[in-house]
Amino acid sequence: MGLWDSYRMRLRRKRLRLRALRKRHELSPVTDRTAQIRPDHVLVFSTQRNEMARLPWFLKYYRGLGADHFLFVDNDSDDGSREYLSQQPDVSVWSTGASYRASRFGMDWMNALLRRHGHGHWTLTVDPDELLVYPFCDTRPLAGLTDWLDSCGIKAFPAMLLDMYPKGPIGEATYTPGQDPLEVLPWFDAGNYTISRNWGYNNLWIQGGPRARVFFRDQPGRAPALNKIPLVRWHRRYVYASSTHNLLPRGLNLVFDDMGGEKSSGVLLHTKFLPTFPAKADEELSRRQHYGDSREYIAYAAVLDGDADLWCRYSEKYINWRQLEILGLMSKGNWA
Amino acid sequence: MSMGVIMLVHTALDRAAQMARHWARAGCPVVIHVDRRVPDAPYGAFRRALADLPDIAFSSRHRCEWGTWGLVAATLDASRVMLDRHDVRHVYLASGACLPLRPVADLQDYLADHPETDFIESAATADVPWTVGGLNHERFTLFFPVSWRRNKPLFDALVAGQRALGLRRRAPRGVVPHMGSQWWCLTSRTLRAILDSPDRRAHDAYFRRTWIPDESYFQSLARLYATEIEARSLTLSKFDFQGKPHIFYDDHLQLLRRSDCFVARKIWPRANRLYAAFLGEGLPPAIRQDPQPGKIDRVFAKAVERRLRGRPGLYMQSRFPRLGHENGVTAGRYAVFHGFEPLHDGFCAWLADATGARVHGRLFSPERAHFAEGEAVGPGALTDDAGLRDYNPKAFLTNLLWNSRGMQHCFLYGPDDTPEILWHIARDPNARISVVSGAWAVPLWRSDAPFDVVRARAAKLQRAEAAMIDALRAPDVKARVRIQTMAEYLEAPAETLKSIVAEIGWRDGADRSASPSTVELLGFGQFLQRLRNEGMDPYLAGDFPLLSSTPRQPEPRRYIAS
Repeated sequence: MGLWDSYRMRLRRKRLRLRALRKRHELSPVTDRTAQIRPDHVLVFSTQRNEMARLPWFLKYYRGLGADHFLFVDNDSDDGSREYLSQQPDVSVWSTGASYRASRFGMDWMNALLRRHGHGHWTLTVDPDELLVYPFCDTRPLAGLTDWLDSCGIKAFPAMLLDMYPKGPIGEATYTPGQDPLEVLPWFDAGNYTISRNWGYNNLWIQGGPRARVFFRDQPGRAPALNKIPLVRWHRRYVYASSTHNLLPRGLNLVFDDMGGEKSSGVLLHTKFLPTFPAKADEELSRRQHYGDSREYIAYAAVLDGDADLWCRYSEKYINWRQLEILGLMSKGNWA
Repeated sequence: MSMGVIMLVHTALDRAAQMARHWARAGCPVVIHVDRRVPDAPYGAFRRALADLPDIAFSSRHRCEWGTWGLVAATLDASRVMLDRHDVRHVYLASGACLPLRPVADLQDYLADHPETDFIESAATADVPWTVGGLNHERFTLFFPVSWRRNKPLFDALVAGQRALGLRRRAPRGVVPHMGSQWWCLTSRTLRAILDSPDRRAHDAYFRRTWIPDESYFQSLARLYATEIEARSLTLSKFDFQGKPHIFYDDHLQLLRRSDCFVARKIWPRANRLYAAFLGEGLPPAIRQDPQPGKIDRVFAKAVERRLRGRPGLYMQSRFPRLGHENGVTAGRYAVFHGFEPLHDGFCAWLADATGARVHGRLFSPERAHFAEGEAVGPGALTDDAGLRDYNPKAFLTNLLWNSRGMQHCFLYGPDDTPEILWHIARDPNARISVVSGAWAVPLWRSDAPFDVVRARAAKLQRAEAAMIDALRAPDVKARVRIQTMAEYLEAPAETLKSIVAEIGWRDGADRSASPSTVELLGFGQFLQRLRNEGMDPYLAGDFPLLSSTPRQPEPRRYIAS
């Protein structure tokens, strides 16, 4: 990587930061409790739209892990979720009616909030349908992980997306808000992921899982990216470049070992395929606010019409993080 | 008073206070050194919190940066305070993140049983590979005036410069540099001898400019003055590959209990269960046993191994080795066959029965991946879809082997199949590739197609197979490759097959005498000759006889006793 490329990356980072600065004005505070934030707090950043079904469990789950404060951008919800979030004692909410797509799928808003409130904190940037699992998460709180990362001088912690799905047609199961979504979606693909190295950003590009297997059979190159770096010791110089898939400066993306060793990593359990999914897919198809002209949702619609079942004989049923570690989806690294 | 405790404290002052109280309550005088970098307000609060305890003293504060002299200076000052104020037999050096795992009385008894013994890990530098950062004996032969943590470039430049100048410091007379854990328990006699040594100035001047003197000052000088050194630390403290201490959490409770160690570090300050369990009233009854840190050693050694070497054959989000650094390209051994199937009916079924392995068909065939038993989905939810497979064929293979590691895999491969995978298979020491060349002619011979079509097809197949064989004979091939022409192979197919199965391993209870039936080849020789007559020499089939159904038998050997 030459000087010229480094310079280009630097320009790109500055541009993204400026963009975030500009998009900040699209956010208007609904409830601002950020005065509660203490220097050692772990902060959760999230964008949501009409996720009332997922939010109760989302908050419960991350509070259980020891997250100290939540910062939400509400994108024009009309299902009561904004009001619900405003009532939570540890949540700050901003709202916007601006275009999700024009804000690079919410990332400009996230970058703006991260820059304003994340500096110096461990920040976890996740969607409401992403639940973080990391080594020892059943016995050690998030602060245990972040303290350890600090002691190792590690600034970013990766967690790939793991699509969870039910057995049987997606729309058929029932889910009540507040319920553990994994009771409805306990299945996942254990070992059909493909990885290539993105030398421009230094990150790995991971694809595969049920979405590639069922929806993107004919165009595997377009299957969604699953690599994510959600947990970062934030500095105001940083930006997320494309979703939480990669960051700038790109040294932050070197979350993997390329000499044979294993660094520590976690998994984001992706609860996209709750029973609400077919309706949501329809809606998103008409809104066309998602990545790549909502290509993903077009593919879903094509298959979901036939009541697709993502489950197969070799689907794996989720037990705990140790299982994911043994399967090689995540690693303890040298954390013991 | 048998034992005094020196505590070095720099963070988590509340836990440190709890520890100091614990030591003091057990009757140990405590001298505390608090890092100068701790601001005055928390330091003041910390002192006030311990003000009610008469046997706790504070020594003058130094800046304690990792690997610098400050830690030694702090320890020396605190030792002086301890020895001046208290008449103790042993002095235990601990930190604020230490936690006694056994009642303090246990430790006191243990030390009373070893009144003359100095417990200090201390090994001659030439004999230990512990060092991190490539500096071993140079720790003691170069000058280290700047902190490695704070100014790495300057640190490295100074090291390089001194190397270039050929600088070599000499240790003070009588001192042989030794290294070991920073956490020791010395007799006050040894400690006093170190403090009051007539050569103290020389010692301090020398070690002040070595690197990480806290791991060598007392460790070297104890060798001069101790009468009885037990070269191990009573503090259980494990270090990772970067020289940072491993941290103990709540879930280590059972592991720590069973270790029978006296003191462990470093404890995560928020490991409430550990503190409650080991500092609470309900401590297990005294056990007169020597520490057994072996199990904990293994846990942490495995963690370091995983960080440095990883799991062979695994490619994932935090392990993606470059070519050549895989430490195992794939997760297990597998066998690849080419040219056997046209010669034997039911070859795959026979192989599966003989070996008990997963025998797939053509995994990389253009239409789909033929998994064993014709499944549409394979281990790990890999699909048989050719497009998905060929999107990243290497990942397909490594995934398959990783997903069902512990199981042997066999599959067929031919020149028509996904070409780029061959390069990877050929460079994988786990692969055993067996090739019978020219066997593609058998289906052609049996086909009803017009001869000019057959001839053209034969030429194409032979070119493709020749290219494949060339690839398998490349100089950097790491797989085990066996290539025979069809004629060679058919001289004694059972022998070849048996040695192949023997390499994979016979299934328990397999019928070792059974061989797959070889197809009838009567007239095949003429077919080859006809190809030859048409100007297309099927040389890869080998030297096939014109008339007989099997290749020419070698002359029977004669054994003459002389």
